[in-house]
Parts: sequence; structure tokens; C-alpha cells
Amino acid sequence: MNISDILILRQEFFLFGILILLLLYKLVASNSSINRGIIFGINILMAINIIMGFLNTSYGNLFGGMFQSNATIVLEKNLLAIGTLIICMQASDWTNTFKNNVEYYFILIATLLGMDIMISSGHFTIFYIGFELASLPLAALVSFNKAEKSSAEAGIKMILMSGFSSCILLFGISLLYGLSGTLLFDKMVAIHFDGSLSVLAFLFIFAGFGFKLSIVPFHLWTADVYEGAPINVTSFLSVISKSATVFIFLTILYKVFGSFNTTWIYALSLTTVFSITIGNLFALRQTNLKRFLAFSSIAQAGFILLGMISGSNLAMGSVLYFIFIYIFSNLAAFGVLGILHHQNGKDSILDLSGLYKRNPFLGIVMVLAMLSLAGVPPTAGFFGKFFLLNSAMSKGYYLITAIAVLNMIISLYYYLRIVRIIFTDATEEQSLITAGSWLGKLSLVFCIIGIIAIGFIGDLFEYFNYLSFGI
Amino acid sequence: MNSLSIILIPALPLAVFVLNGLFGKVIGNKLAGILGTLCIAISFVLSLSIAYTFFAVSKDGAYPAQIPFKFDWLQFGKGINVQLGAIIDGISVMMLIVVTLISLMVHIFSLSYMHGEKRFATYYAFLGLFTFSMLLLVLSVNIFQMYMGWELVGVSSFLLIGFYYDKPSAVAAAKKAFIVTRFADMFFLVGILIVSSIGGSLDIPTLIQNLGQAGAIDHLHLGTTFIGWSSLSTGLLFIFIGGAGKSALFPLHIWLPDAMEGPTPVSALIHAATMVVAGVYLVARLFPIYLFSAPEILRIIAYAGAFTSLFAAIIACTQFDIKRVLAYSTMSQIGYMIFSLGLGGWNQNVHGYTASMFHLFTHAIFKALLFLSAGVVIHYVHSNDMRDMGALRKKMPFLNIVFLIACLAIAGIPPFAGFFSKEMILNTAWEANGFIFILGVLTAGLTAFYMFRLYLSIFWRDAINSEDKHNSHPHSSWLENLPLGILAIGAMMAGFIPFAKFINFDVHIDETSNFSVTAIAIAMAISGILLALFMYKSDSDRPRTMVSSLGSLYQIIYKKFYIDEVYLFFTKSIVFNSIAKPIQWIDKNIVDGFMQLTANFSLFLSRKIRGMQSGNLQYYMMFFMAGLLLLFILCISI
Repeated sequence: MNISDILILRQEFFLFGILILLLLYKLVASNSSINRGIIFGINILMAINIIMGFLNTSYGNLFGGMFQSNATIVLEKNLLAIGTLIICMQASDWTNTFKNNVEYYFILIATLLGMDIMISSGHFTIFYIGFELASLPLAALVSFNKAEKSSAEAGIKMILMSGFSSCILLFGISLLYGLSGTLLFDKMVAIHFDGSLSVLAFLFIFAGFGFKLSIVPFHLWTADVYEGAPINVTSFLSVISKSATVFIFLTILYKVFGSFNTTWIYALSLTTVFSITIGNLFALRQTNLKRFLAFSSIAQAGFILLGMISGSNLAMGSVLYFIFIYIFSNLAAFGVLGILHHQNGKDSILDLSGLYKRNPFLGIVMVLAMLSLAGVPPTAGFFGKFFLLNSAMSKGYYLITAIAVLNMIISLYYYLRIVRIIFTDATEEQSLITAGSWLGKLSLVFCIIGIIAIGFIGDLFEYFNYLSFGI
Repeated sequence: MNSLSIILIPALPLAVFVLNGLFGKVIGNKLAGILGTLCIAISFVLSLSIAYTFFAVSKDGAYPAQIPFKFDWLQFGKGINVQLGAIIDGISVMMLIVVTLISLMVHIFSLSYMHGEKRFATYYAFLGLFTFSMLLLVLSVNIFQMYMGWELVGVSSFLLIGFYYDKPSAVAAAKKAFIVTRFADMFFLVGILIVSSIGGSLDIPTLIQNLGQAGAIDHLHLGTTFIGWSSLSTGLLFIFIGGAGKSALFPLHIWLPDAMEGPTPVSALIHAATMVVAGVYLVARLFPIYLFSAPEILRIIAYAGAFTSLFAAIIACTQFDIKRVLAYSTMSQIGYMIFSLGLGGWNQNVHGYTASMFHLFTHAIFKALLFLSAGVVIHYVHSNDMRDMGALRKKMPFLNIVFLIACLAIAGIPPFAGFFSKEMILNTAWEANGFIFILGVLTAGLTAFYMFRLYLSIFWRDAINSEDKHNSHPHSSWLENLPLGILAIGAMMAGFIPFAKFINFDVHIDETSNFSVTAIAIAMAISGILLALFMYKSDSDRPRTMVSSLGSLYQIIYKKFYIDEVYLFFTKSIVFNSIAKPIQWIDKNIVDGFMQLTANFSLFLSRKIRGMQSGNLQYYMMFFMAGLLLLFILCISI
């Protein structure tokens, strides 16, 4: 392994280095007090991780094509790194309150490492290793609040469902191996897909991804787990974990199953319609904010699938672009929610009432996040949705575009409900809210900048589009 | 053309929004208001100078469109760019003047009217945002840019309707307006996608070049989709539905009357003069495409407009809330503008284009005047109900005069502004389609009737208790009177502008004016006014009024009383109860109810499927497998 190979693997090595560092720290540090200093250090290291991605542009394949790196993959890793940094910053309020806080970051970064490996994979074995590394630690994170029963319950649900879907995914992969005799993505391009076995192979793999993306009908675990998990884990689940899955799913869908598109377009169209509609209908009646965001994220995942369907260059570009925006919009909402929960321990929608009066900054962040998630111009969320719809329209999928557009109106209803609650008067017992630590505030400022600015930087979409590929 | 001044026109209000929005508390209320007013005044002056330079140069009587600047903003796919730029042609210059003028008037008026409001600086910030977005919309060179402006005016309208956010009805109204218009906007968006994919561009001049010429679509082989329409027609219909939402056309009008919950100057600016005519402007902007590529859609537009105009006018006759009367009247007048544009669907009649723009121009002036005056009255009487008003002519002589001018203008009495534009529309209708002409004439009569009903109820009809109730002196401020005066002059003079010379579709077509049409229009207006006089000049039900009116005029009053009874019987029992009430009922229960029903249905559905989410893990896995199996069966079967 020479120096250029190490450069290709720089982000993985770096994350691994952080993990070793944290382990060593855990060994030497005293166990009796809360380690505050290290949290700041972790944030710095995560920021360096982002810079690493931008710095050196050396691409190539390793291990005979099992590990790949190119501009697109580095971009995807950077998107994940940015999101993870924001989550780390937001989590600092929460992690400063207990002793084993280093463990939270350790598991989080291990998961990120798994995602990076998964995205870079060019072979199903490497992919599966990454996939599991990105799944198993999540169950530990979900049950992180050991004192809370709901958190432990969510952890059990997560691990069982995750194992279940992994089995199915693995079954799909083995069917695919049976069809082709290889596990390398590049060689699988030659598979002649035909007959029910191919359909089964695709659907099993799709179900494995569907679980992680929480699309209907593989979504039922979402609300329970999101509700039970600590907020800074829920945000990681709903944003980073989903994004990473989308990235690798796009690669496998377009590269491996590229010639099988008549079937997967059909399957994706069905799940798109169901995800958007069912996600919306559930979100309408939620009273718990975390459950609300869980169902809204199911609907958003449906939109992502909608963008994928057309299979063109534009499709992938619009999906990447949407995810970039989604990271900021959703993390803004979760950030505010985290601060609220941290200060009064509640997370029902009604607890947002009068937020604008109690803390104008948080109120405005939440309003912007809701508008962006609803796709109201001129927030970036609108541009994201617009390009998704545009990519579906460009290949003539009028019917599902129409259904998606109708659903956007329904979703407007419940997002605006939150906005209205934020502006109503606070009841007497509701106190003022402070905006939390400066790290948390800074992360929200990043989110606001993202929500407002991304839509107006046309070159950004152009760049994403340039790095994309179609079938 | 100086592109700097064109950039400055929308940029100044935007600067006001940013400054007042961020530093409103630091600047202080008074300064925030003055800053906003000053900036919009500069914008107005710049608009005037642009109008002057634009109309100074003509090429054989025509004024070619100019694009002072345009740069790429977003690029996606091949050949489809979103540009940010400005187009300067007849209608956009006219709209520039209208928007900046009315906005300036409202800014000045609000300095006094909104005085003492806690969120005064925020109010001016929102006004700035609205003005900026409206100007962005008007200047759009690209249909996507237009959509951005379109959504931004929606957002600022939402903010301004809900300005009194501690009032639940205002919040509900803001939300209703936002959702109904957004519903329509979705059609607009899909329409944009369809039309731009056929026309190969989002750039409006290019689209017009590709689609807006005789025979332009013949070589495109669009084929027909359903009921014989091409997909282009469907796209254009969708775009029109977007416009119908903003312009409150039936059945998407339900938000406009509720939107009156906002501060009255806001109603004058947004819900009378500028934002609600955005739909008209949109159709006018794409008029060549409609005219040559989808005349059948223009016919639909004409019927939609004509129906709305009559429908709203009938409802306006039964309302007691003065702002609601004005809201329905706005709907009715916008219906006028819309059907005038739609008349192009018959024999490619392009007079309606000029007439519609002319009416938009004059209507903006007198309707803003009406709303601002109504605001003064409401402040004085502390009520929106015209039954609480009466005999205000002595207390508010100035307001009496300007209100009368505005009423005469909207009723279409020569030589006030509304007469000229309305006459031009009716003339076009006469040429194009008899049925729509009849609807238009009926609406004209009703308009005169309900406007004078309003005017007389406020300023004449000496009610019994009015003397005791409002014995205070009305608060009068030059800041309020100045804009009223200016607008009143406009309402008197605007009709004399040789509009057809400046804004026309084709210079070589001469205006024709049919004397009998003019006569019918005037006769209808006068009979409407007379009817109103008979019924509302004085409060005939009240004995004290009768006594005070006795004396030498007894005979006349007796006769009036008699006719009053007849008309009361006729209108109240027959027209109001049998026609207007059912229409209002349909409006309230069926049209409104439908929207309610869809909301209830989705709630019902979501309640039903809630059982799916039981928390039981085995069940989740079963669902997972069942879903997978179902997908498998479906995928195998294709």
C-alpha cells in the first residue's frame, strides 16, 4: 500500500484515527467527572474531516475494484461529514450532562465510518460490511438513554427490525450472486435480468434499503424508534443514515440494475406514491414532534424516490441536491427540538406554542425549517422539490408527479400548523427559553444559511449535476 | 434604458424589508416608516422616468419590448436556464407605475393610519417585502422568475393578512389564503413544466417566439390528449388556474373575503390593486401563446371571468361589512379584466387585451381609493358594518367627495376613469360574444347599484342614533388626506390617457367604438345608481327620519317610499332571497364546503390507518413481508 492508496482512503483512516484516539482517551481519562473538553475537540476533528474531503483530490480504485473513490463519492462523503458535524455541535448541550458522553461520539463516528465504507464499495462484500457497520451501532445509539424505558424499547425494536431486513438484503445479494457469479458491481452490469428470480433479487435488496430509508411498506419501525431515541440520535437516523443509504442505493440501482429499469421503475413508483401519501396522512394527526418529524421524513423519502425514478443524469443530480438541502432543513428542526427538549423535557407539538415570543431566534429557525421542508419558495426546500419534480416530469411521469404535487399541498397544511403554533401566544407556565450553548447556536446559523442560500446558488446544482450519472 | 434604475426599483423596497426587518427595533417606529416611504417614493420616481423614456421612443407607433439586462441564475438540464432579468414593455411599465404608485400611497397613508401600532416597523418591513416581490413578478423575463415573485407575494400576503396574529380569525384567514393560493400555484408550477418542455425554454420572449405565432404549433405535432386538447392547452390551462387562484376567480375566490382581516391599507394595496391582478397580468404576459396556440383555453378564461364578475356582483349587493362589499367588488372587476382577455378566443379579437390592461390600471386607482377611504370610516365608526354608519357626509366632507368620485368611477359614469375602460371592454364583448356582453352589462348595472348602496349607507341614510354615537370629531390627518386626494384626481383623470396608443397588441388595428354599446353601459350604470338612491338615500323604515324629511318634499318622499316598497319587495324577496341567497349559500356551503370536505376526508383517512401503527413488532415484520410480497406479485405481473 503506497502513499496514493492511503490518500484515497484518507477519510476512512482519519475517522478510524479519531476512534482510536477516543478509545485511548477513555482509558486514561477519569471516569468520575464529565469530560467537557473532549467534546470541543471532537467537533474540531469532525470539521477537519470535512476539510480533508475537499483538500486532496486523489481518486482511484483499490483492492481490485472492491473499494472505489471518485469525485462523486467524495462529494457524498462530504455531505455526510457536514451533517454529522452539525449533529455533533447540536449534541454538545446534551452530552455535557452525563459522564459517558465520549461513548456517544464514539458510536456516532463508527457509524459514519461504516457509511463511508458503504458508499465507496464496489463489491457486495465490502458493501455489506459497511452496511452493517452503519446499522448495528445505531441500535446502541438509539438505546443510549439507559434510564428511559422507551429508549431501551426503541433500541430492541431497532436491532430486531434491522437484523430482519439485513437478512432479506443478504438473501437478495445471494440471489444476485446466483444470477451473475460475481459480486463486483462493475461485472454485474453484464447480467441479463429476466424472470421472477431477478425480480425477487431486486425486491429483496430494495427491501433492505427500504428499511433504512423508511419507505412504505418497510417503515413501521420509524415512528417508534424516532420517538424513543434521544433527539440527537433521531436526527442522525433521519438525516445522515438516510442520506448514506440513498447514495449507495443510487449507485446500485443505476449501475447494477440499470438494465432492469422497467421493473424497478414500477416498484419505485408504487412505493413513492404510498410513502408520500401515508407519510403525510400520518403526519397530519401527530401530537408528538418527534413522531411528526418521523412521518414527515417518510414522505420526504418518498420524494427522493420520485426523483430517482427517471434514471437520468438529472435525476441523480436533483436527488443529491435535495439531500444537501434536506440535511440543513431537517437538522434545523431537530436542533430547535433538541434545545427545547433539553430545557423542559417535553417534545409535544403544543410545547412549541409561543416559541417566537419565548425565543425569537429559535422561533425563526423553526419557521424556516418548516417552510423549507414544505417546499415553500424562496427557501432552498422549494428548489430541491422543484428539481425532483422536474426530473420526474422530464421523462413523462405525469401521474405520480401529480400525486406528489397534491401531497405537497397536504403537507403544507401540517407544516403551517406548526408555524401557526409558533406564533400563537405562550401560556402562562411556559417560560422563556435560552438558545443553548454557542456551538448549538452556531450549528443553527449554519442551517439558516443553508436553507436560505443554497437555492440561490445556481452553480451548486450545476456542480451536483456534473458529478452525477444516469443509467 | 438605464439598467441601474431598473434594478433599483425593486431593490429599494427589498432594502427596506431587510433594514426594517432586522433593525426595526434599533431604528425606531417613526424612522422605519419614513425610511420605507422615502424608498418607495424614489422607486416611484424612477418608474415614472422609465415610463417616460420608454414611451418617448416609438417605432411606427409601436413600442418594442426591451430587455435591459438578463443573466443566468440557475441552470438545469440542456437548454433550460433560469435567468434573472427585467423586461420592459408596455404592460410591465404600466404595472411598474401602478405598483409603485399604489404602494407609495399606502405607505404614506399608513404613516398616520397605523400610528401607534406595536409592530409598526415590522409592518413596513412586510410592505417592503411585498412591493419588492410584486415588482420582481412584474419585471420577470423568465417564467420561473415570475413564479418566484408569485410565491413571494403569496408569502408576504400571508404575513400581512395575519399581521394581527393575536386575532384567531386573522390567523385563520391568512392560512386559508395561503393554502388556497398555493393549491392553485401547484397547477401553475406543473403548467410551467409542461409549457416549457414544449416551448423548449423558460424565457418568456423565447416562448412567445416559439409558441405565440400563427401556426407556430402546427409543426410540433403535439397530438391531442383528452377532449381534443393538445398537451400545450392543458399546460396553459394549468397556468391559468394558477392565475385564477391569485386573482380570486370562482371557485378559487374563497380566500379573498376572509383576507379582509388584514389591516385596511394592506387590503388596498394587495387585495385590491396589485397582487390580485397578478393573474390578469400573467395571462396578459403569455397572451400571444394563448391567442395563437390555445384559443379554446381563452374561451374558458372568458367564461370563468364573466361568471365570476356577475356572481361576485350579486353577492356584493347583500353584504353589510363594507370591506367585504369592496372585496366582492374587486372580484367582480377582476372578472371583468379576465373575460376581456378571454375574448381573444373568438376571432382572435385583440381589443380585449388593451381594454383589460386599461381596466386594470383604472381599477387599481379607484379601488385603492375606496379601500383607503373605507379604512378612515372604519377608524371613525369603529365598526365594519354599514348599518352602524350613516349621515357621515357632514362630518367628513372631504371623504364624502373622494368616496363619491371613486363610486362614480367604478360605476362607469363619464367622464370618470372607470367609464372609459369599462366601455372599451363592453365594446369588445359586443364584437366577440353576445352572451358575455349581456353578463357584462348586467354586472355593470349591479356594480353601480351596490357601490351606491354602500356610498349612501355610509354618507347619507341618516340613521336614528348616529348623532349620539359619533359625536366626536373625526380625526383628520394630512398624511391620510394627501393620498386620498391624489388617488381621487387619478380616478377622475386616468380615463383620458390615450391608453390604446401605448398598450396594444397590434398597432394597426383601430379601436372601434359603438355608440349604442356606450349608451347601454351608461344607461345601466345610471339605473343602478337610481335604484340605490330610491332604496338607500334615507332610512325609510325609521319614523324619525321620515319626520325630519317631511315638509315640502313630502310628496316626493311619499313616492319614494312607495317605490322603495316595490323595489324592496322585488329585490329583497325575489332577487335577494331567491337568487342571491342561494348563490351565497352555494358559495358558503358547497364551494367552501368542498375544501372543508377534502381536509376532513384526509383527517378521516389518517384516523383510519392509524391502527397500522400499533407498536407491535411481530406485526411490523408481517407488514414488511406482506408489502414485499405484494410488490413482488405486482412486479411479476407487468
